[in-house]
Amino acid sequence: MRAVDALMECLKAEGVEVVFGLPGGANLPTYDAFYDAGIRHILVRHEAGGGHAAEGYAKATGKVGVALGTSGPGATNLVTPICDAMMDSVPVVFITGQVRTELLGTDGFQEADTIGITMPIVKHSFMIQHPLEIPRSIHEAFHIARTGRPGPVVVDIPQDLSRADIPYEPVTDVHLPGYQPTTEGNQKQIRLAAKALANARRPVIYAGGGVISACAGVELTELCLSDRLPVTCTVMGLGAFPAPHAQWLGMLGMHGTRAANYAMDEADLIVAVGARFDDRITGKLDEFAPRAKFVHIDIDPAEISKNVPAHIPIVGDAKNILPRLTAEYRALEPDPGRLEEWWSRIEAWRERHPLRYEDSSDTEIKPQYMIQALYEATGGEAIVTSDVGQHQMWTAQYFHFAKPRHWINSGGLGTMGFGLPAAMGAKVGCPDQTVVCVAGDGSVQMNMQELATCSEEGIAIKVFIMNNGYLGMVRQWQELFWDKRYSQVEMGQWPDFVTLAKAYGATGIRLQDKRTLVEDMRAALATEGPVLVDVRVTREENTYPMIPAGQPARNMVG
Amino acid sequence: MGEPATKELLSLDQLEAAAGVRTGRKHILSIMVENKPGVLTRITGLFARRGFNIDTLAVGPTENERVSRITLTLDGAVHPIDQVTKQLHKLVNVLKIRDLEPAETLARELALFKVSADGGARAEVMQICEIFRAKIVDVTKRSVVIEVTGTDDKIEAFEQLVRPFGLIEMARTGEIAISRGRSET
Repeated sequence: MRAVDALMECLKAEGVEVVFGLPGGANLPTYDAFYDAGIRHILVRHEAGGGHAAEGYAKATGKVGVALGTSGPGATNLVTPICDAMMDSVPVVFITGQVRTELLGTDGFQEADTIGITMPIVKHSFMIQHPLEIPRSIHEAFHIARTGRPGPVVVDIPQDLSRADIPYEPVTDVHLPGYQPTTEGNQKQIRLAAKALANARRPVIYAGGGVISACAGVELTELCLSDRLPVTCTVMGLGAFPAPHAQWLGMLGMHGTRAANYAMDEADLIVAVGARFDDRITGKLDEFAPRAKFVHIDIDPAEISKNVPAHIPIVGDAKNILPRLTAEYRALEPDPGRLEEWWSRIEAWRERHPLRYEDSSDTEIKPQYMIQALYEATGGEAIVTSDVGQHQMWTAQYFHFAKPRHWINSGGLGTMGFGLPAAMGAKVGCPDQTVVCVAGDGSVQMNMQELATCSEEGIAIKVFIMNNGYLGMVRQWQELFWDKRYSQVEMGQWPDFVTLAKAYGATGIRLQDKRTLVEDMRAALATEGPVLVDVRVTREENTYPMIPAGQPARNMVG
Repeated sequence: MGEPATKELLSLDQLEAAAGVRTGRKHILSIMVENKPGVLTRITGLFARRGFNIDTLAVGPTENERVSRITLTLDGAVHPIDQVTKQLHKLVNVLKIRDLEPAETLARELALFKVSADGGARAEVMQICEIFRAKIVDVTKRSVVIEVTGTDDKIEAFEQLVRPFGLIEMARTGEIAISRGRSET
């Protein structure tokens, strides 16, 4: 059997239903094998689109995504999705073609040191050196991608090796002596954490994307509801706890709510679950949560005490740890009365500083209203992806995510152009769900080409462009911190998104009247096939509140 | 699940964070890795991008042909060693890491010194070699090459003594280390 045919068998054995990719010289054998392998292959228009689609698929379904590219430029085009998947712990296997082994190291045509280039941004990678290694490496790649802290794995296969004949026998086990993630949290530590929580008077549960990865939303919610424990989520963790809710403080961090950030600032105990104390959360690190002790639950031991020293570290899978923590906490029968003072303080912040904006008095669409309208039009029942910038933050603030895996964005790397292909991947993975992408007029153009893929493949995503004609977040920073010197942020009036959508075989709609926005959105959502909606919003609106970069949470502005 | 938790109080003030501590001393890490291409690059790359500074590095085979030992030293005054080892553990090809206890560790380094040694200086250099149990492995009319093994302190002390004679070149291997006693490092 050709090694590439064995590769197909491995993909099937891993339960792969769909891959996203683009062929080239070095992976021609692989594509020959796809010809009759019976695995759905979606031909993307740019490898980056394929990589982000695989991420969107993985984030929406919880399964491992697969993206393919050829050698050289095919592989370098995948670098951004690989890095994105690393930063946000997304399980994706990237299979790249490589030049023939005799050409390796000769600067051959379309040769790039894919393994070397991607080494700092992968969970692991395999450089195939013998065709017999292919089946085992593929299975090990899937195992590494999906277990422990998920992440991207690259398998680089030279063209001649992929074509070679090998005796294929199904691989039923993986042997990785250097890879044994800890999943079960230490009971003593869990007990100590329960005790600390039961004695805390100003606790906050701070949940991140790890809760989503662990499929532990229910378990997190149970812990929070076992008492009146206030809970906040990072931008990656939204949906881990069902918002809106009386115990929900809103998102925390740079554009989080004041209630969430002030609560972190004054907390005496912070229980971090699958979160990594990123600088967008902590602001000025020295002044972050100065009164708090930290329980830190994470499957990656290296995250613990990386930025903020943990008092009670618990290494393991949140899905395993949280129910045990809840049980221990309940057994202590903590006095709920001790939290009353804390809640009255939180309520006061909530009342004084709700998320707010000044709505227009005419037909103009405020960007915040656009998200509220979208929430209403979808009834909150949609998988929402986004690009990166103001529209991302407003979506995080105003679209109340009630379920895990319904909010898909690029939190760590902050990749513009992520949203549209991610929506494509999410829709492929969840064909029965409404999949919406909230895009910026700047971001969307970075992977616009995938609209052709959607039209060809009948992938009915609904893209809502929050069009303010600016690279909005950069403009906001230039306004606030650079003396309004707007340098290179005006996008001008082109392209005409409606016409462009039509050129791509999609439906193009322009919306600019607030009064009919919700019903117009409903109509767009009901339109068959991929739809691109150009929503014209207020041009110079700022995302508030915000913690200015490098400042402590209590210095929030706006 | 074991015993249920007791209801005794725990003051949050009692909790202390022990991580991220700078020990202030030199650390020798013994890292067992799979003998596969690119593994050293993964390790040095990790150090570079996390801003960890390697002082010395020695790589070689072990009793098991599929495993290599990397011995590296770094300064615990500058780096939180726990963070370094935790990051290293994340590399799939890393099998085992030991942060060696100085008291229970035998560490040795090999160094070669090329020293100007003509006329009267030569006898003096040879005398120093004798004291340090160093070997002269090459002699010309105007120079000698000396081989020294020992701890890095010893090699540094030797260097200080021969430097005044005219140190033409020096090459050091970096320390390798193994634990004392019967048990494995």
